Amino acid sequence: MNLTKTGIHNSALGILFLAIMLFPVYWMVNASLQPNGTTIEATWFPLKPDFSGYGTALAQQGRNLGTSLVVAIGSVVFSLAIAAPAAYALSHFKVRGTNIVLFGILISQMIPGIVVANALYTAYNDLGLLNSIGGLILADSSHGIPFAILIIRAFMSSMPTSIIEAARVDGAGHPRVFWSIVLPVSRNALITAGLFTFLFAWSDFLFALTLTTTDAVRPVTLGLYQYIGSYVTDWSAVMATAVLASLPAVVLLLVAQKFVAAGTATGAVK
Amino acid sequence: MTTATTSRVRTRPPASAEPAPRRRRKLRRETLYQWGFLLPAAVYLALFFGYPVVKNLVMSFQDYGTATFYTGEAPWVGFENYAKVLRSSIFSTALTNTALFTAGSIAGQFVIGLALAVFFRKRFPLSGVLRSLLLLPWLLPLIASGAVWKWILDKDSGALNQFLVALHVVPTGVPWLTSTSLALVAVVGVNIWVGIPFNVTILYGGLQDIPDELYEAAALDGATGWRAFRHVTWPMLRPVVSVVLVLGVVYTLKVLDIILALTGGGPANSSQTIATESYALSFAEFRFGEGSALGNILVLISLVFAVVYLRASRRGVED
Repeated sequence: MNLTKTGIHNSALGILFLAIMLFPVYWMVNASLQPNGTTIEATWFPLKPDFSGYGTALAQQGRNLGTSLVVAIGSVVFSLAIAAPAAYALSHFKVRGTNIVLFGILISQMIPGIVVANALYTAYNDLGLLNSIGGLILADSSHGIPFAILIIRAFMSSMPTSIIEAARVDGAGHPRVFWSIVLPVSRNALITAGLFTFLFAWSDFLFALTLTTTDAVRPVTLGLYQYIGSYVTDWSAVMATAVLASLPAVVLLLVAQKFVAAGTATGAVK
Repeated sequence: MTTATTSRVRTRPPASAEPAPRRRRKLRRETLYQWGFLLPAAVYLALFFGYPVVKNLVMSFQDYGTATFYTGEAPWVGFENYAKVLRSSIFSTALTNTALFTAGSIAGQFVIGLALAVFFRKRFPLSGVLRSLLLLPWLLPLIASGAVWKWILDKDSGALNQFLVALHVVPTGVPWLTSTSLALVAVVGVNIWVGIPFNVTILYGGLQDIPDELYEAAALDGATGWRAFRHVTWPMLRPVVSVVLVLGVVYTLKVLDIILALTGGGPANSSQTIATESYALSFAEFRFGEGSALGNILVLISLVFAVVYLRASRRGVED
């Protein structure tokens, strides 16, 4: 690390860039701490933090936050259960169909969400899956499953075949090898995939918007959208909701830095 | 992939001692098992990506509207949905907006992203921490970002206008989101902000793969600074640039959340894109046939772009 004058100079410049880029995030937190209603006259610093915005947000959106949490956790479990075996097959078996599945994953990235939503709405309507947690979990997993397969597969491809063979020679069947060797060894990749799948489902807006029609099942993203869709009178509650909706991303970035780095490095170039 | 072949060769010796039919049965069971691992994912992809594409194609040739949900009938109408959609006055606006939105977003994200990636490659105190914190805008739910930007860009009380007025750049608040001439600009600006972290991350990764010796050799030949960038960095980065641009365009074409959150496509369709118009047709007006037709046009644009670009860049590499 160079602690020269240029080094410090660059650090200062970097902090300035970051400050500009993260200003909206600061502004969100700042606004959420302003007194109710009067946020039109927001100050630049929350010198007298007022938590009533959070009170309103939790009272009005608490249930929606719970819905989002259940949907996101459900999507993580479902996505990993589908993606992990597939990733194993794609990295270690040579069966016909491998290329078709890989091609399908790549093509899936080009399909606009609105096209999927169009078709799912009509299908869900017939199947009675509109306004259901299960329906949202299934739909939201479409954000996570292709990503999870790619990221877990990339990891498993680097796993030595010898440990699998050793177990096979000892007479362990495929399910056993997968469960007691492949999965534990791939722990980090599974955590990375799980974290991102959670974030994708938690952030989902399109399916929340199109596949729910009542407020029985309403993720927080949709609650937030309805807040800002009408004339906003209470910005502090809106911003408090936005802060609460952003918490998982912030926690993830601060606590699971290692996994985020792994995810963005392998996952970004899908 | 090559590892799989070695595993098969190695597991064969004990098996070959068995009689042929049993071996074949064992092999077939093996294949079935292997398929079992892949099958759930294949079924899921078929149901949640394959089926929607087919269903959209079918719906786009049907009169699929409110009545369909009551009677279950969707009469065939041939190309009528496409004709209606293409003839509608909104289509040309939406097409132009989609092109401007995509081109503007990509240009901004890419240029700023590349500049920041080059900057962060210098490795200075805190560079690692700053670079990872930069990811935040990318990880936030788009609706949360949309909500805060909507307020920052607010005409009367928004932070941006307060700032600009205080600096005497403008006399009064600029109606960023409510003026027909500015809404698209504002939406592009916010989308650039959303996309910068993605561009920095991938381009930074690409820069890391360029060996330092190349820069040392270039420096010996007198190429430093801008000339080193032009003659070393840029040519070496070309493949990564292709990936960033293709993915960027494909992702930007289908953006919906940000526009719906900020302007809802308005005012007077001034920020309406093909994606948002397809949403409006299906879910606001319940004209699913036309919504599907427009969705398919979007898929077609996306496909054509990817194919043309990949062809062109392959030819470029071969030259």
